[in-house]
Amino acid sequence: MAASSDRNPPPFPTAEESEPGLCDMADADSDEGEDIFVSNSNPVSVSRGVSQPDRVSEEPSDLFSEEAASSTAAKANGVHSDDDNDLFADANVELSTDKSSSSARKEPSGPRHASTFTPSPAAMQPTSLEQLEEEEAKDSFDVDVAVTNPEKIGDGMNAYVAYKVSTRTSLPMFRSKVFSVRRRFSDFLGLYEKLSVKQSLHGCIIPPPPEKSVVGMTKVKVGMDDPSSVEFVERRRAALERYLQRVVSHPSLLQDPDVREFLEREDLPRAVNTQALSGAGFLKMINKASDAVNKMTIKMNESDTWFEDKFQEVENEEQQLRKLHVVVDSLVIHRKELCGNTAVFAKSLAMLGNSEDNTALSRALSQLAEVEDKMEQLHQEQAASDFFIFAELLGDYIRLLGAVRGCFDQRMRAWQRWQEAQSTLQKKREAEAKLLWANKPDKLQQAKEEITEWEARVTQYERDFDRIGMTVRKEVLRFEKEKAKDFKSQIIKYLEAMLQSQQRLIKFWEAFLPEAKAIA
Amino acid sequence: MLQVDISDALSERDKVKFTVHTKSTLPNFKQNEFSVVRQHEEFIWLHDSFVENEEYAGYIIPPAPPRPDFDASREKLQKLGEGEGSMTKEEFTKMKQELEAEYLAIFKKTVAMHEVFLCRVAAHPVLRKDLNFHVFLEYNQDLSVRGKNKKEKLEDFFKNVVKSADGVLVAGVKDVDDFFEHEKTFLLEYHNRVKDASAKSDRMIRSHKNAADDINRIASSLYTLGTQDSTDLCKFFLKVSELFEKTRKIEARIAADEDLKLADLLKYYLRESQAAKDLLYRRSRALVDYENANKALDKARAKNRDVLQAETSQQLCCHKFEKISESAKQELIDFKTRRVAAFRKNLVELAELELKHAKGNLQLLQGCLGILKGNT
Repeated sequence: MAASSDRNPPPFPTAEESEPGLCDMADADSDEGEDIFVSNSNPVSVSRGVSQPDRVSEEPSDLFSEEAASSTAAKANGVHSDDDNDLFADANVELSTDKSSSSARKEPSGPRHASTFTPSPAAMQPTSLEQLEEEEAKDSFDVDVAVTNPEKIGDGMNAYVAYKVSTRTSLPMFRSKVFSVRRRFSDFLGLYEKLSVKQSLHGCIIPPPPEKSVVGMTKVKVGMDDPSSVEFVERRRAALERYLQRVVSHPSLLQDPDVREFLEREDLPRAVNTQALSGAGFLKMINKASDAVNKMTIKMNESDTWFEDKFQEVENEEQQLRKLHVVVDSLVIHRKELCGNTAVFAKSLAMLGNSEDNTALSRALSQLAEVEDKMEQLHQEQAASDFFIFAELLGDYIRLLGAVRGCFDQRMRAWQRWQEAQSTLQKKREAEAKLLWANKPDKLQQAKEEITEWEARVTQYERDFDRIGMTVRKEVLRFEKEKAKDFKSQIIKYLEAMLQSQQRLIKFWEAFLPEAKAIA
Repeated sequence: MLQVDISDALSERDKVKFTVHTKSTLPNFKQNEFSVVRQHEEFIWLHDSFVENEEYAGYIIPPAPPRPDFDASREKLQKLGEGEGSMTKEEFTKMKQELEAEYLAIFKKTVAMHEVFLCRVAAHPVLRKDLNFHVFLEYNQDLSVRGKNKKEKLEDFFKNVVKSADGVLVAGVKDVDDFFEHEKTFLLEYHNRVKDASAKSDRMIRSHKNAADDINRIASSLYTLGTQDSTDLCKFFLKVSELFEKTRKIEARIAADEDLKLADLLKYYLRESQAAKDLLYRRSRALVDYENANKALDKARAKNRDVLQAETSQQLCCHKFEKISESAKQELIDFKTRRVAAFRKNLVELAELELKHAKGNLQLLQGCLGILKGNT
């Protein structure tokens, strides 16, 4: 299939119409599915590709194939080309037949960035890379999820917060098109637990849930009204929403029955296995697993340096993001301090204005106090922006990079299993040879059976290892694309908020200047 | 004509040497234009000589400039030197430049404050004629005014304690004169509120500087992320890093301008309103002396003893009180005029600078967003 020509999509009228809606903040109280999905605080955000009747009518089986989860709520000109060029320069991916059901080609009809998509012809291997390219280019987001309406259930130390999880989808695998359930935080953790142990998902980058917080929750249990509790709940709600959106935008995870159950089932059995994620949190768990891998005595002989290089990159990036996160946190704190100090100063200035016995100066000072008051408001909003847009983005990706490291570790363990099986096979063969020489026919039979068994295992484990390797490669490429989109869209949002702040600031001072000049 | 300015200043170890430059057509001076080098202690000596001079009791004595304080800045530079090993060369150079800029800003401020003091004296119709002032301006040798020793500092302390106690006593006495009664009430309240506003403006500006510092570190961090590779995302990071670098320079300038135009203004009027209060206290004390002299005269007349002495004393007190009252009235009116003018100038300049910086920021953001959105 030729690439470029297929990339030009028909213009998507629905896309344009729903754009303005994206600018509204989620109306948390509305029960209508529509409103809930229009939230612009989501990094991995709502797609506009919801109602795409044309595509749904196509072969259903293909819908559940690797639909690339291109999931930006970006404006019409999304992220594209250069990224994809890099993508293909690196990738020597051969999609194995294990996922052949999904390799049945879907006619591309992804909107937006696909139109400017120009893959580099150079490094491409015809079939497999085209498949990859197609899947990456699809804007095939047929599921939207939202997390809203945090509600405190119960009282005292047994109280918890229940969230409304709403889904809107056109996929036939769900029972209905629009539905919602109530879930609590431990349910989300439970989902992660279930997904992370599935053999079939090994190699996949499973999005990590937000961290537990004893302190935060205790405050909420006591009362949900004070500002720090409100902020905590909002922070958690937003984080849970992003978590779910990442899960459903992952093609393999979306197919998982546990994910479906989470979204659909009225009453979910209480998750009890969340101990692994208690206290220390997700990253500590990953790091423990990493250490185990590092202690492996058999060092892997990497035939393909891609994995080593990538792993190093991931580690470096995680480190850098951590540093950045620390500074952004500091900025949030200082901005909040500035906010408080400005408010206090404004009041003081107002008092001074009252004392001043020159009328014009008195009025000017009062006006200045008002300007400072408005600045406090601006600082408040800026601090929120710093936190909810920037800091949380960094936090998410630090955890996600940990998950990426986790995949690499899984691959290592698969290799180890294979190697160990090979060495066991070797021992069995040696044993057989010994038996042959010692001439013990009955034991010989058993030995031969064991050899056959282990030969099969070796083959299986080798296949597993290769499969995981391919999955990891694919996942990493997908992840990098997502990450680039995410960062770009979030940082742009952040800068736009800053821009609006400056515009308002200008208005304030322009209003004040004549007052100052009027002093006589 | 008498024009004074500080044409140069040198920072040496723990002292600052100011070059005081005078231009004058007054006959008192040997030349029309000349310069001398003075240190902070000599300014204080001059100020104190005014305060101690009974003749000047009826004037608002221009407040002494605060001691140049580079301790904090020096400490930071030292810490930076110690931490040199733990940061990259770029980070170190950047921080050094910032600290040097900070040092320079403090330096400029202290020069300005010493200069303002001298200008105020030169502008005052009576003080400008003071002999000590002329010596200060002209005598090109060290004035040998050592800093006060411990004993003298203690004496000062007790003098101030007595003054405040006096102040409390005297503030209670309602003044017959409406003008002074109003001024007393006004100044007491005003001084307290200016003090409060000054402290709070300092805290606000410090937070602002802290935030600007954070933005600086964010810029550095983004730069490091951007240089890891040459992907699109990395180029994006580099562009954003560049933006933050520029934006935080503006934020730092905003904090510095707010410091100069608002915080320093409030600090100055804190000191001047104190000087005005001191004037009122001196007047009140003179009034108390006058009233006491009256009582003594009545007693003397009643006993018919030392009447002449009592009369002379009473006349002296009366004269002193009236002299102070007369000049005080004018001084306080002038104070108001100066205050209003200074606030006007500084508030206008503050607003104009805030606007300039906000517009600068806006332009940067618009430009950067245009590029970032265009590329994506």
